[in-house]
Amino acid sequence: MILEAIHIILPILIVAAAAFAVLTKDLIAAAIAVAAMSLLLSLEFYILQAPDVAIAEAGVGACLTTAILVIAIKATKRMEEEA
Amino acid sequence: MSGMSKIVKTISSITFPLITIYGLYVIAHGHLTPGGGFQGGAIVASGCAMMLVSYGSIWIVSRVKEKNLSILESLGAVCFILLALLGLGFGAVFFNNFLVGTNSLFGVVPAAGSGLADINTGGVIPLMNFAVGLKVIAGLFGIVLVMAHASRTKGEKK
Repeated sequence: MILEAIHIILPILIVAAAAFAVLTKDLIAAAIAVAAMSLLLSLEFYILQAPDVAIAEAGVGACLTTAILVIAIKATKRMEEEA
Repeated sequence: MSGMSKIVKTISSITFPLITIYGLYVIAHGHLTPGGGFQGGAIVASGCAMMLVSYGSIWIVSRVKEKNLSILESLGAVCFILLALLGLGFGAVFFNNFLVGTNSLFGVVPAAGSGLADINTGGVIPLMNFAVGLKVIAGLFGIVLVMAHASRTKGEKK
């Protein structure tokens, strides 16, 4: 019963995080939203009985991608500072 | 890129050994539990990337050279292929697991099937996990390090 509820709630949260990452103007907030989407996706992999893929997704998707995005955003000017 | 505040640096210094130990545990138990060389290497490289973001690339580049990381990555690939060729030499086929059943390093065959505590099993598979882990750590950290050091702004050159 609880597992079915998690199976319904988690994809909704993943889609919400992805939509927030697309729609927001703030680039740092979008990078954090992508990291949150990746973390929820690794949780979804774990409850779908694939712990191997979950560890790889959490390591690469939630940590290294976020670090690369933050480094790239720091090298540019933020949009809201110009206005 | 420059470093962050003293709070971030302190918390990163405390959590970096824990992340590294967990990643090395995932690599060393790759033949028993979920995970393996790539997953553990990605975890260790994530910890290194956290140190890079908090301390800044100039502080890191003065200690870790990108050329040495490249040498380590190539060493991991060479070790992997060398182990596979040793299987060709000792046994009959490429990737032959020549260590299993010899009761030496990683060569013990447990009597009642493999449990989660039988780390001295698996033959040549843990050694290949170590090689892949070395390659993934050096490769992913090298990518992030080069990107951070190449994208530093003009005011903080040198």
